[in-house]
Order: sequence, then C-alpha cells, then structure tokens
Amino acid sequence: MSGARVGVLVFPGSLDDRDMMRSLGLLGAEVQAIWHKDARLPELDGIGVPGGFSYGDYLRAGAMARFSPVMRAVLEFAASGRPVLGVCNGFQILCEAGLLPGALVRNRDLKFICQDVRVAVEDPGNFRAELPPGRTLVMPVKHGDGAYVPDPEHKPRVAFRYVGGSPNGSTDDIAGVANAAGNVVGLMPHPEHAVDPLLGSTDGAPLLRSFLAACLATRARR
Amino acid sequence: MKLRVLVSLKPGVLDAQGRAIEHALRDLGHAQVKGVRTGKLVVLDLDTPDPASARALASELCEKLLANPVIEQYEILS
Repeated sequence: MSGARVGVLVFPGSLDDRDMMRSLGLLGAEVQAIWHKDARLPELDGIGVPGGFSYGDYLRAGAMARFSPVMRAVLEFAASGRPVLGVCNGFQILCEAGLLPGALVRNRDLKFICQDVRVAVEDPGNFRAELPPGRTLVMPVKHGDGAYVPDPEHKPRVAFRYVGGSPNGSTDDIAGVANAAGNVVGLMPHPEHAVDPLLGSTDGAPLLRSFLAACLATRARR
Repeated sequence: MKLRVLVSLKPGVLDAQGRAIEHALRDLGHAQVKGVRTGKLVVLDLDTPDPASARALASELCEKLLANPVIEQYEILS
C-alpha cells in the first residue's frame, strides 16, 4: 500500500486533519497537508477531506468551505476520476460542493453525538478492496449535524448504513454514500480515529486501506 | 437597500429544532400548537441601483450560498 500520495485538506476550523494524516501515514501513504488557500494541487493520487468545523460551520455545515480556492482544484481532481474521501465535516463539504448527492442536517435529537457505531458496508464505490458488502465496521461518530437527507433527484449510492438504527435520524440509516462514478465517498463515522487498538477499534484501517488501494489503482491507470 | 431573506428547511425535511420548540410549547400547556418550523433570517444590505436588481441579486445569493436547494427553500421578504 505504500507510496499512495495523499493530500489532506486543511480549512480554518478543521480538527481531524492531523489524525487523518497520521492514520494514512501509519498505513503507508505519503501524506501532505493542503492549505485551503492553495488553488493548485501538487501531484496527488487521492484527497482526504477531514472532519471539524470549517469556517465555524456558520450558515450550514460545509457551506463556506465549498468556496475555498482549493475546492475548485478538488472538483477538477474528482472529475478526473481520482479518489476523494470525506469524513464527517469533510462529507458535509463534499455534499455542499455537489460532489456527493444529498445534504446533512441537524441530528434528530438536537444533541451532539459522540459514541462508537457499527456500520455495514453496502456499495463503497471504488473503495472496495477490503470492504465486501455486508462487512461491518465499528468506528466512532462525533457530530451535531449528521442526519443525511437524500436529494430526491439523485438516488444515493449507499456506501455504509448504520446497523441497528441511526443515532442521528439519517434517512434510511444512511451513514455514508458514494458518487455515481464511485471515486468520491463520504461518511459521518471516523475511520481515522479507529486505526490504533489503544482507541478501541481498528476497523477504520480496512476502510482507509481501501481508499489507498483505489488511489494506487487510479495512478496505475493514468 | 436592505432586503430580508428567510431561509428554512423544505417541508418534509426534519426540522429537529422546530420539533423541539413545538414539544416545549405543548408542554407549557398550549395544546393548540400543531406544528412549528424554524428558519434563518438573513438581512442583506445591498448597493444596487433599484429594488428590482436588489431582489435579483438576493435571489442569486440565495441560490449560490445562503440556501442549499437540496434541503432548503428561501423567500425574499422585503
């Protein structure tokens, strides 16, 4: 898996950029931080959009980040078929940017949720190396705006579904989706917080390795 | 000129905040409350030559950033 070159976006208010960089690095990727003002990307095989509260989540979660200079480059990057993974606020940003269908709204019970959840894999697009349908993964969620609402005009490709009901009121218990092309995947649970046994679960590792495998596969094709 | 724009969740999208307020009002004894929806009021101060172009600009700003058309609707009030 070594050698996939991954850029992790850093917005004002990103929180999980360090964890995402560290976890991908532990799994063998060459990782670099990409500042939100960078309109040009270095040579990359994949992009990670981390969690946090970009721009304070003012207006709507992810709404402002979408207009960062770097996002134009990310749109082109995604359009070229290369992998993009969005986690939590990163998922919200990808939805706001139109790279993923649907939107995320306030949790059903208005509470910030911080707990481990179990999700079942369904159709994680190109990130399927270690994610056969039906495999379940335990990862933490920590969010206030995690209820997924599908776009009535674009039926989502459901990548992950909460097992035993969603904690946040997500439509059809959807925890993560993929775009039609399969190269952009977003989810609310945090794989980057679940790669070290010290933190209770290592189920995030197969997900991140599947992302890195997709990175290398697209590089091989180019 | 100043324009007020009301952004709210579309009917059918769960408005968790509205629902919590609705429950609170009923708990206060107001059984007549049958529904509550919330929204965001954005006041725009626009430097445009006339009211029509102000409204047109406000509408453009809503489409671009202030509202997410997947889940939200907007109304330009005055």
